[in-house]
Amino acid sequence: MPLATLDTSARKYVLAVQQYVLLSARALGNVARKPFYGADVITQADSIGVGSLPIVLLTGFFLGGVLALQSSSTLAQFGAAAFTGQLVSFSMIKEIGPVVTSLMVSGRNASGMASELGSMMVTEQIDAMRALGTDPLKKLVMPRIVATIVMNFFLTILSDAVGILGGGLVSVMMLGQDGTQYFNTSYQSLQYPDIIQGLVKPVVFGFIIATIGCFYGMSTRGGTQGVGRSTTQAVVVSSVLIIASDFIISRFLIGILGR
Amino acid sequence: MAGTAAPIDVNGHQEEPVVIFEHVSIGFDRKQVLEDISFKVRRGETRILLGPAGVGKSVLLKLANGLLKPDSGRIFVFGQEVSAMREEDLFALRGSIGTVFQEGALFDSLNVRDNVGFRLEEEHVAEDEITKRVTEALRFVELEQAIYKFPSELSGGMRRRVAIARAIVTNPDLLLYDSPTGGLDPITSTTIIELVVKQRDVYQTSSLLVTHRLQDAFMMATHRFNRETNQMEPLPEDRINANTSFLMLHDRKLVFDGTTHDLVHSSDPFIRGYIA
Ligand SMILES: Nc1ncnc2c1ncn2[C@@H]1O[C@H](COP(=O)(O)OP(=O)(O)O)[C@@H](O)[C@H]1O
Ligand SMILES: [Mg+2]
Repeated sequence: MPLATLDTSARKYVLAVQQYVLLSARALGNVARKPFYGADVITQADSIGVGSLPIVLLTGFFLGGVLALQSSSTLAQFGAAAFTGQLVSFSMIKEIGPVVTSLMVSGRNASGMASELGSMMVTEQIDAMRALGTDPLKKLVMPRIVATIVMNFFLTILSDAVGILGGGLVSVMMLGQDGTQYFNTSYQSLQYPDIIQGLVKPVVFGFIIATIGCFYGMSTRGGTQGVGRSTTQAVVVSSVLIIASDFIISRFLIGILGR
Repeated sequence: MAGTAAPIDVNGHQEEPVVIFEHVSIGFDRKQVLEDISFKVRRGETRILLGPAGVGKSVLLKLANGLLKPDSGRIFVFGQEVSAMREEDLFALRGSIGTVFQEGALFDSLNVRDNVGFRLEEEHVAEDEITKRVTEALRFVELEQAIYKFPSELSGGMRRRVAIARAIVTNPDLLLYDSPTGGLDPITSTTIIELVVKQRDVYQTSSLLVTHRLQDAFMMATHRFNRETNQMEPLPEDRINANTSFLMLHDRKLVFDGTTHDLVHSSDPFIRGYIA
């Protein structure tokens, strides 16, 4: 009965979205409510932030470099190679930095959260925690959301910085451009709207990564296989949501900020 | 509370049962698991829930502490209707319920001390007080030497004992044991049953114990804990523990609710087959 299956899967989908919204809302509501699990936030921040630092720095650096390579050859056709710095810093700060950092963080941490909470779910550790009188949304989900948002924010800033640096090194050492000119154009052309866009995005993306990772973790069913399924889905869904919401945020912020 | 005829105690007060199930039904994805289940656990009573694997014993225990909500019917624990309570309010009530999960469900990122002391830690009890009470609970299950081990370093039986220690460390008024001997060899099973009997006879904690192993159930009914020798011993010939009684689930329904005597003398073909 294809119609019946369509109906069931549609209902399942709506139910999942509803549960996701509920989980996010309840976990967020817990930020202000006592007890505040400060120590757990720090532990998570350490594992998410420090743990993701190497991959975020490496990808940021090489992306900045490749942006310089590609854009200078295009810009040179118009005799505008001197604007390489501006193009690299624009792209890094507004798009590449936030999106790529978040995709990296998602690949490492949305999967990590889904598998960790998922295995706690299938071994009844989550039920045990509830039975012991502790709310897993407070103790496990809230710290992950807070830590991911804060860490994704700072990781993005670092990624932007090493990306611009990487672009600079490529411009100077491989393209023979003037270093001072590169950094001047990349710095002077920046305006507040660019910075705001670059800083709003990692916050939203961090929220997406943590809530999706925790949602798939907490809705894991069906043993070890289920944990594997949740892990994959968490990465896929959070990556797609990051890119889709990037478009929406850009459209929206360009609309209000004018650039 | 309609339909809950409570027994009259010596002082003439109505004593309320610790757990009441009233016409409880639950199902998952159109598959009915439990249908119209009603029973009570009175104060100081130990009720053993028997039933084949997959019949819904774990589901029933999870209903009792509000981890699951019934589709219909009402459940009361300590006079509070858990089936109608919000999760936030349940956390406080669960403070006086100790639960031992089927596979122990120890937190594998925490060592034995932090597992057993989890609830105390959450209540911000002082660290040396936690260590003291955890050591006491571990002494009860005879596992003091394992206090700084991690769950992955423990055998199945040891993990089960840590789970019991975690459940009793706060002296709960109700204990829920989910298949505490499941998957263990007969000798280890006996040591676990000995602990359950010890808890029953030393502290008289009301409890609901799930098992599919009949030999464990009968051992509980026919043994007592001797505090002098610190060992479990058989009751004299033909005597059975009066506070231990049975429930049996079969095919979604509660098919038996009564004493050990009634169980062994039942004429129901399913029960006769089960206990044969
Ligand atoms: N969370 C759940 N979601 C869907 N089905 C479940 C869930 N928990 C239990 N069940 C189903 O309920 C039935 C009873 O399970 P359970 O209570 O674990 O049996 P047992 O008597 O062996 O403890 C099983 O068929 C199981 O598949
Ligand atoms: Mg079970």
